[in-house]
Amino acid sequence: MPRLNSASELEKLRKQILSGRDPDKSCVAICAGMGCLDRDNGRIISAFEKEVGKTKLKNKVDILATGCHGYCEKGPLVVIHPEEICYVEVTPEDVPDIISQTVIHKKVIDRLIYTDPDTGEKSPRLADIPFYKKQTRHLMGSSTKIDPESIDDYLALGGYSALSKALFKMSPEDVLEEIKKAVLRGRGGGGFPAGRKWETARNAPGKEKYVIVNAHEGELGAFMDRALFTGNPHCVLEGLIIGAYAIGSHQGFIYTRHDAPRLKNNIDMAVAKAEEYGFLGENILGSGFDFHVEVHLDIGIFVSGESSALMRSIEGNPPEPRPKYIRTSVSGIWGRPSDLNNVETWANVPLIINKGSEWYTRTGTEGSKGTKLVSLSGNIVNSGVAEVPFGTTVREIVYGIGGGIPDGKKLKAVHFGGPMGGCIPENLIDTPLDFDELAKLGAPIGAGSMLVLDEDASIIDVTRYFLQFLSDESCGKCVPCREGIRQMLKILNNISNGKGKEGDIALLEEIAEVTGAASLCALGKTAADPLLSTLRYFRDEYEANINKAKNPAEKRE
Amino acid sequence: MIMAKQKKMKEITVQIDGKKVKAAEGMTVLEAAQSADIFIPTLCFHEKLESHGLCRICTVEAEVRGWTKFVAACLYPVEKDLVVRTRSAKVDKIRKLILEFLLAHAPNSPQLQELAQEYGADRDRFEKESSFCILCGLCVRYCAEVKKKNAIGYVDCGASREIRFIPEIAATECINCKECFPLCPTSYLQAAFVLTQALSTISLS
Repeated sequence: MPRLNSASELEKLRKQILSGRDPDKSCVAICAGMGCLDRDNGRIISAFEKEVGKTKLKNKVDILATGCHGYCEKGPLVVIHPEEICYVEVTPEDVPDIISQTVIHKKVIDRLIYTDPDTGEKSPRLADIPFYKKQTRHLMGSSTKIDPESIDDYLALGGYSALSKALFKMSPEDVLEEIKKAVLRGRGGGGFPAGRKWETARNAPGKEKYVIVNAHEGELGAFMDRALFTGNPHCVLEGLIIGAYAIGSHQGFIYTRHDAPRLKNNIDMAVAKAEEYGFLGENILGSGFDFHVEVHLDIGIFVSGESSALMRSIEGNPPEPRPKYIRTSVSGIWGRPSDLNNVETWANVPLIINKGSEWYTRTGTEGSKGTKLVSLSGNIVNSGVAEVPFGTTVREIVYGIGGGIPDGKKLKAVHFGGPMGGCIPENLIDTPLDFDELAKLGAPIGAGSMLVLDEDASIIDVTRYFLQFLSDESCGKCVPCREGIRQMLKILNNISNGKGKEGDIALLEEIAEVTGAASLCALGKTAADPLLSTLRYFRDEYEANINKAKNPAEKRE
Repeated sequence: MIMAKQKKMKEITVQIDGKKVKAAEGMTVLEAAQSADIFIPTLCFHEKLESHGLCRICTVEAEVRGWTKFVAACLYPVEKDLVVRTRSAKVDKIRKLILEFLLAHAPNSPQLQELAQEYGADRDRFEKESSFCILCGLCVRYCAEVKKKNAIGYVDCGASREIRFIPEIAATECINCKECFPLCPTSYLQAAFVLTQALSTISLS
């Protein structure tokens, strides 16, 4: 494939790809996301290939191994286009039936479609399944239509048209202005306005500037970035290139996990293809803009997702945070302006450029615009990755999309943001998903993991688990974080083991205050947040455990 | 850094404990305070070494245009309108707890005991885990930055972090150096112990 040298060459290629595709042709899209892969969907994919070969349908049906469709609970998932029939919990044995009945005779197989456990209602089409129906899938919507290794699939869906628009119809300032007007806030946890971060990096002195994709996603219970990036790597890459153009950067980095081989493979493939087609490298699409991307892997420690640690790691140093008294957007990698955004943030960029900030800001709340990916896990009927408009209530996510709590149990709390996050109790679940509203309740959205806890969950054990995680996964460099976590964990272990003492809660709060104020980086500063939020809403549970230890007689009751 | 030095240094006036202090741009709060004979306690600071802000005992209250935060004086650069309080109820609370954390590891360190007295830190507040080392990293940084030998380094992370001599390097480099020993704020016997242990691993293998 020769490099594309102009916007019109790109459109010509797109037309050529589309003309070779029949929109009415059957296509079997098999989810090859992490959850489904774990459920042996490799055998399903090969069964489809075999079956199609056997029935001499090779030219009549396409087999597509896609990224995560989102509904992990019901995997392995298979979607048949163009009707968008969705089959759940498919086994390799179902494959011959799917081909002979659904693909050839357009007949829906009753046993494979989704049945509502409460109403018994059956939903053959993906869009009718309650889990999907209540979502707004701006980013994940194409997940059943893209082979992550195929740049042509992305181009067929309009891919790289935002880049072409930015390069040829907009100045870097225009792009920056559009992102600022869209009020795109960082999806990695902080919710800082991306446009302002870009502007700081753009205006910072220095010729050499960097843009970075933070694809580390270490937050416990978070798996939406991996789903998005593995399934649709080009949309993140396109966002990154547009951002580089706006900031004036010619070198980008993608920082991701060493333990996600499929993600790594798909990123590498996307970068190679983008280089081949002329979306990366010198003189992109003949615009005169140069931009290169390098992929970096972590060494397997949570703290390396912290921005300054991540930048140290890219420099080739141990991934230890450094104090950010000067912002990384001014002085980051090798002391140069470095703009770091999370996977989901970058993925929103092409959307904003294509459809405009006016369209984009129609979705969401006053302070949080667009959609948010969340990963649902814990005591919930439908675990998986969901995309909802900001402003959707937590209740709607847990009950409407998530299907509620299994076994008829009651909801106790929803924990956001993993080990540096916080929870809200059941009586607050009418709170909208919103950066500011949730932060006010001590449960900031974080990257978007939602851990659902039922009435049987021990709040103390959940908190202990998060602290144990941080104790293992922090760098151990500064005293308030390393020693504060050590001592808080000891106290929690005692409380949990029935050895709690009077004064333990006060001591926990004292340590949390010091760790929060004096630690070197965000990990230490927020390490006690799960503890503080559970003390805020479930203090009685801590007190009860301590009292039980004081009066062992009560234990026998 | 080099670029900053080549530029003509701007002078900035900051307020430390109510005193007006003139400092050059790029200086840290600690350097500015020291130049005005204002004492801020340190454990992991050494003028020959790059500051890493590990021990946080130098934490001070920094107020800029009404916004107060707690920062490590050894790293925080002086800036316009900066008001620093080296002692406050919260600063003392932070230092006291940090000392109590560290005394669980090195209860007999004279340097820690002296500071403990100043801040009313209770040596026995936390259960003893006498590792002797408080991970100030002076030895590691001195060996890397001044001696450029990297004979000692950190191993592991989080709560399991510790210092260890690299036997292959230590066996040849450390015998005649040992310049890091007197830097140790707890007891250099610990360093010697770790070194001996490291060397014996070689002779045994």
